[in-house]
Amino acid sequence: MKKDYSKLWVLFKSMFVLSACTFGGGFVIVSLMKKKYVEELKWLEEDEMLDVTAITQSAPGPLPVNASVIIGYRIAGVVGSLTAIFGTILPPMVIISVISVFYEQFRTNPYIGTALQVMRAGVAAVIFDVVWNLAHNVWNTKRILYIAMMITAFIATYLLDVSAMIIILTCLGIGIIDLLVKTFGMVRTKDGGIV
Amino acid sequence: MLLFKLFFAFIQVGMFSVGGGYAAIPLIQDQIVNIYGMMTLEEFSDLITVAEMTPGPISINSATFVGMRIAGIPGVLLCSIGCIIPSFFICLILAHFYYKYRTVSGVQVVLGAMRPAVVALIASAGASILLLGLFQAELQEVVLSNIRWVELGIFAAALYILRKYKASAIAIILGSGVVGTAIYAIMGAVI
Repeated sequence: MKKDYSKLWVLFKSMFVLSACTFGGGFVIVSLMKKKYVEELKWLEEDEMLDVTAITQSAPGPLPVNASVIIGYRIAGVVGSLTAIFGTILPPMVIISVISVFYEQFRTNPYIGTALQVMRAGVAAVIFDVVWNLAHNVWNTKRILYIAMMITAFIATYLLDVSAMIIILTCLGIGIIDLLVKTFGMVRTKDGGIV
Repeated sequence: MLLFKLFFAFIQVGMFSVGGGYAAIPLIQDQIVNIYGMMTLEEFSDLITVAEMTPGPISINSATFVGMRIAGIPGVLLCSIGCIIPSFFICLILAHFYYKYRTVSGVQVVLGAMRPAVVALIASAGASILLLGLFQAELQEVVLSNIRWVELGIFAAALYILRKYKASAIAIILGSGVVGTAIYAIMGAVI
């Protein structure tokens, strides 16, 4: 892994903008990061971004902060992590500090309420765009196991309210079994010819 | 002493909030309202409203809000830093091992099984936000006749622009806020 300190400014700036404009939970910012760092800047591969998401979801702490630590580390080591974290936490710190003083005016302003409501439609469109590409790639693996896992995981999390952590850990388990089956299969191939 | 308590309280919040922002809320309530009595329950519900209405991770938002209310700017810094310290070290270690071993073929097989799940989790978050946008309701409470046509139009237009012109996500989100608010203002139907 090569450290590239020349990217630090772009890293800070992009994290700052993403954090300042992300309404909604952690997976919203993951979609935005995917668009930014995979599609636009091409700093990360798509699989890598999904791995990073799985790791951040399994670690404690706010998802966007966790993701910035790992992406920052990938770009420029520990210095990159610190830069990315700083970019991520600065906007909410400034915005909330100001708002906590003008709280009543903010909460009761009808235009802010309306804007926040309609922005959900835009946020949903961004997530659908990202999911469209990601799901398409899972489909293209042509592995029934992966496609079935994707559909089952969606039903479990969306309709049955199973927590994201449990879903990730279950899939980790399935992955380990998959690995064992593959390894075992390879051994059998050498001495018996069974795949 | 108060600052030290705040700092320590938020280190615990950061350490034990596994599974996204909403997992952090009961922990913050426990530390700030129940254990230290630094805020009333009413102030705390204000905090949740603000944290949901503003960009950024919900735990950083609450850390900042609590810090500001209790101890001003130094409070903000200590609470937010306390909140991210555990994540920082844990993720740094995870990142180190991930990048060291990710090209190993066995690790690739295991990670490969987790990727479809991540796609599903992102899709699920998108579906929830879409329903909130179109019906202002969760899945169980959706009434089809309550559909908000302006939001539906914005969603369709935004998705079309994203697919066709590869527009930037930030421009889409801010643009939908501006356009939607303008439409409601013209209709005289601002919430």
